[in-house]
Parts: sequence; C-alpha cells; structure tokens
Amino acid sequence: MSKRLFVKGNEAAAMGAVEAGCRYYFGYPITPQSDIPEYLSRELPKLNGEFIQAESEIGAINMLLGASACGVRAMTSSSSPGISLKQEGISYMAGAELPGVIINISRSGPGLGGIDASQSDYFQSVKGGGHGGYHIPVLAPNSVQEMYDLTMHAFDLADLYRTPVMLLGDSVIGQMKEALIPNARPARELPGKEWAVRGKSGAEQRVVKSLFLGDGELEAHNWRLHAKYQVMKEKECISEEYETADARLIVTGFGSVARIAHTAVTMAREEGMKVSLFRPVTLFPFPEKAIAEAAGRAGKVLVVELNTGQMVEDVRLSVGAAAQVSFYGRPPGAGSLPSPEELLEVIRKHYDDTAR
Amino acid sequence: MQQVFKRPESLKDVQTHFCPGCHHGTIHRLVADAMDLYGVQDKTIGVASVGCSVFLYGYFDIDVVEAPHGRAPAVATGVKRAKPDNFVFTYQGDGDLAAIGTAEIIHAANRGEDITVVFVNNTTYGMTGGQMAPTTLVGQKTSTSPYGRDKSKDGSPIRMAELMAQLGGVAYSARVAVDSPKHVLEAKKVMREAFGYQAEGKGFSFVEVLSSCPTNWGMNPLKANARVGEEMIPYFPLGIFKKEEA
Repeated sequence: MSKRLFVKGNEAAAMGAVEAGCRYYFGYPITPQSDIPEYLSRELPKLNGEFIQAESEIGAINMLLGASACGVRAMTSSSSPGISLKQEGISYMAGAELPGVIINISRSGPGLGGIDASQSDYFQSVKGGGHGGYHIPVLAPNSVQEMYDLTMHAFDLADLYRTPVMLLGDSVIGQMKEALIPNARPARELPGKEWAVRGKSGAEQRVVKSLFLGDGELEAHNWRLHAKYQVMKEKECISEEYETADARLIVTGFGSVARIAHTAVTMAREEGMKVSLFRPVTLFPFPEKAIAEAAGRAGKVLVVELNTGQMVEDVRLSVGAAAQVSFYGRPPGAGSLPSPEELLEVIRKHYDDTAR
Repeated sequence: MQQVFKRPESLKDVQTHFCPGCHHGTIHRLVADAMDLYGVQDKTIGVASVGCSVFLYGYFDIDVVEAPHGRAPAVATGVKRAKPDNFVFTYQGDGDLAAIGTAEIIHAANRGEDITVVFVNNTTYGMTGGQMAPTTLVGQKTSTSPYGRDKSKDGSPIRMAELMAQLGGVAYSARVAVDSPKHVLEAKKVMREAFGYQAEGKGFSFVEVLSSCPTNWGMNPLKANARVGEEMIPYFPLGIFKKEEA
C-alpha cells in the first residue's frame, strides 16, 4: 500500500512534477504559489536537475521554452499577475508546439487586486491568454490529491499533444493541507520527440519556431492547430458527477468552489432536494457533451464561480436550449469565500423555482 | 592545387536576404568560422532573435530555436541547462538585446551562463524600418527621431560591451567592427576567442559587432560602410573590455 502524506496542495503539485520526470523548473516568487519553487529548489538539485530563480516571469517562461525545445520535461509556476507576463511565452510555445507545464495558483484582480482565492483567470486560461488564437489544455484540481495527479497528467498531455498545459488552482487548493497518496505516474504511450533540438549530429537540421512566412504556411499551421484542439475535445474531457441520476437541479463549478458546492449539495440532499454536482476537471477542453447530457436530464443548471461570471458562458454554449442556466458569483473580497450554508440557501431558492 | 578559401562548413550554400552593404552576411561568416574552428557545428544549438537575424536557421546549418523578441538569452539559458554538453549561442540585434531584452541579457550574463552572445549593433531597428534604437547616436535621424536623437529626451546610446564587462558572470566581452579587412581579421580573432571561452567551459562570452544598415540609414553601401568608422567607432570604441583568465 502506498504511504500517506500530509502536505500542501502546492507541495503536492511540485511532488507530482518530480514523479512525472520533470527535472527543470524556472520560476519567480509570487504569493500564493511560492511553496512550489521552494520545494523544487530543494529537491531538483538532489536529482541532478536544474532550478533557476529567473529575473522575471518573462525570463522564466522563456527558459521553459528553451528547455522544452530540447525535449526535456520542464515546468514553471506563478500566480495571476505573473501569468499575465508569461502569456507572451505561452503563445510562442503554442505556436512552436512545445510541451511544458504552467501552474497558476491564481489570485484576485484585475491589476494587483489581492491574494484572495479567486477564479477570475478562467477566461485568460481557457480562451488563449496570449495573442494569436490558440488554446491550451487547462486542468482544475479541487484537492491536494488532484494537485499531484493532475500535474502528472498535465505532463503527459503536454507531450502527447505538443502543447503547453496549464494547471489552474487558487490559494484554497494551493495552501491547504490534506492527505496525499503519492501514486506512481500511470503509464501512457507517448510519441517520441523527434522534433527536439539536440545539435544536428550529422543528421538533418532541426528548427523550433513559430514564424511561418511562406505562402499559405501559416494558414495551414493554424488549421492543423485547430484540428489538434478538436481531437482534445473528443478525447481529453474530464468531469466528475455527483448524484446526477435523478437530479432536477445541477450545481456546477470548478476547483475550490466545487468543494464547497459539494458540501452544499450533500446538505440539500439531506433536506430531500434532488440536487447534484457537475464538476469540470478539464476547463479546456470543456466537457460540453457531459454537461449538456446532465443538464438535459435535469432541466436546470446553477453555475457557481468565484468571479462575476466566466465559466457560465461555456456552460450556456454547451447546454443551449436544453436547460435553464443561472449564475451565482462571488468575486473575491474580504471574507470572500461562500460558506456551504450560503450556497445551500442559493440552491433552495433555485430548487424552489424548479418545484413551482 | 591547394584550396585556400572556402565557405565555412557551418554555413549553408544559399543566398541571404540581407540588403546590399549590410554587414550581417560578414558577421554570419565569422560566427560560422568560429564554429568550424572548434568543430562544434554538430553539437551547436543557435538561438535566433526577432529582427533581420531571425532567419538564422536559413543560413546556418545547425539546430536552431527561435526566441521571442529580446528573450534569446533566457531561451538559451533553458537550452544550455537542459543540454550542458551542447554549444549554445544567441545572435541578437540592438533593439532586441539592448531595449526589450535588457533584463534577459543582464541576468543571463550575471548568472554566468556558459553561452556566447553575438550582438549586432547598427544603431537602428532594421526589420521594422529604421526606428530609433537604444544605440542610435545623439543627433541621428531615424523614422521615430525625425529631428535627431535628443539626449535630453531620448537618453544616450547604450554601450553594451562595456556594461557587460561590469557583470560578475561575464568571462569575455569585446566590441569589433567589420568595416575594413583589418577590422574583419580582428573581429575573426575575437569571435574565435569568445567561442573558445564556451568551448573550454569558461563562462559567458559577449561580442558586440558594429554593423552598417545602408537601407535604413538612407545611404549607399559605401557611405554606410564609411559611417561605421566615422561616426560609430568614436562613440563605440573597439576593444576587449573583459578577458577573464580561467
């Protein structure tokens, strides 16, 4: 049996990265994710890896770009304002089809905002945060265990699709301590990295680039990237459903708020309300079909987010006319987290409407 | 019959896209010569930057990673840390290295990354059409300094080779020009020396090369070539500013 540890979510992500074979980390200090670079600055040297505290987030993402271009598993992490700075590099990596993992333990904004748990980076994460029109897979853990497991999954997705992958958490997920069972990385068949630079060694020159000036080259490149995103949508959606079979109201949210909603749904069930929870684990690709099916059965969806309404747009697009979609948002502020009782009250209100 | 002159192995047999009178072609040749000297073509990873030099991979027969504008030293850091046995160099212009990429160059140099940086200074942004660069000389007219660079508003041109020499991680820093056969021969020696520092694992090496840009200077190739000696060298003196013994 695997050992049980009691660690922070941030540490779990760093441990998952090491388990996934990541030996190169480049980062810059920012609250509330600094446990990740602190852990890796301690552990990577023991594994003959490299840890660099970069001069900036821009420096860090470009070091990641360089290391990834050599075919090694590498990672960076930051929090919202720092992630904004990394968007240039993420766009270049998406364009050059370079794998790499980026962890965003997000905080609240806009601007310097605050360090409260927030989900206001949803749009930036899933809609292609940098210039040029691209997507990257976005994974939203809701526990310390998932910080570990999904970080390993992120590395596999990155190599499988030759793309940057983002893990989107917040201070609740990053800073809380829970039990962690450090499972071994599941085996997944991955393609070779025949594209990686290595010094040409008498063979063909290899070039890692995102500049395409030849006639029609860039258009073809864009369509090829688009086709890749369609494959991701087909194959890589992950979601979790709790008590959806008989539900007349589906509550949905991702990450930290889904933990609170889970408790609220359980409380509602105890009161006899047929309420369920649908939790997207991949935010891109968004589990469109799964939520549409669940929503179609229930007829009504309540989206809960720690912002003023972002994922709700993807829920509406997915569900279409199959269900009525309403929203409850709590953008960050002093004492910002909604309690299970607060969400239960919202559920009661929407459930009563359903009953009428 | 003995062959006494040929194209370096590290250069492809292709025509460049550079304008007539541009010094990039000569500088490419000097870089290739240094690679050939140490026999590192097969294990070199070049890092291309943004500007006229972005097509590095079209001219050098080596593996290349393309970097965002100004970020080549950070990209090269990632490459070198992942592949410490490979030979890694960046090739950057003055807008790229001395303006948008100032943080990246200073910190890669200060960390003493074991890479070589070739810095081409032509006092203007070439590819975007001749705008004012951090190296534009005081009084020089460009498309964004139509009245001439004004020291009181635009500041003074940055002398990068001297600045690099101040940093602890830098093992070698020099400035050369390629406007005359004598200068080309001196530049060749310096480029070989700089690449030698990396070949021997002695640390960060930096070569600034003064270059002409006839098109954006509004001059013919001969006048542009003459300007390097007449206007640039007096402000950007040639020489070796740091040469750390290992």
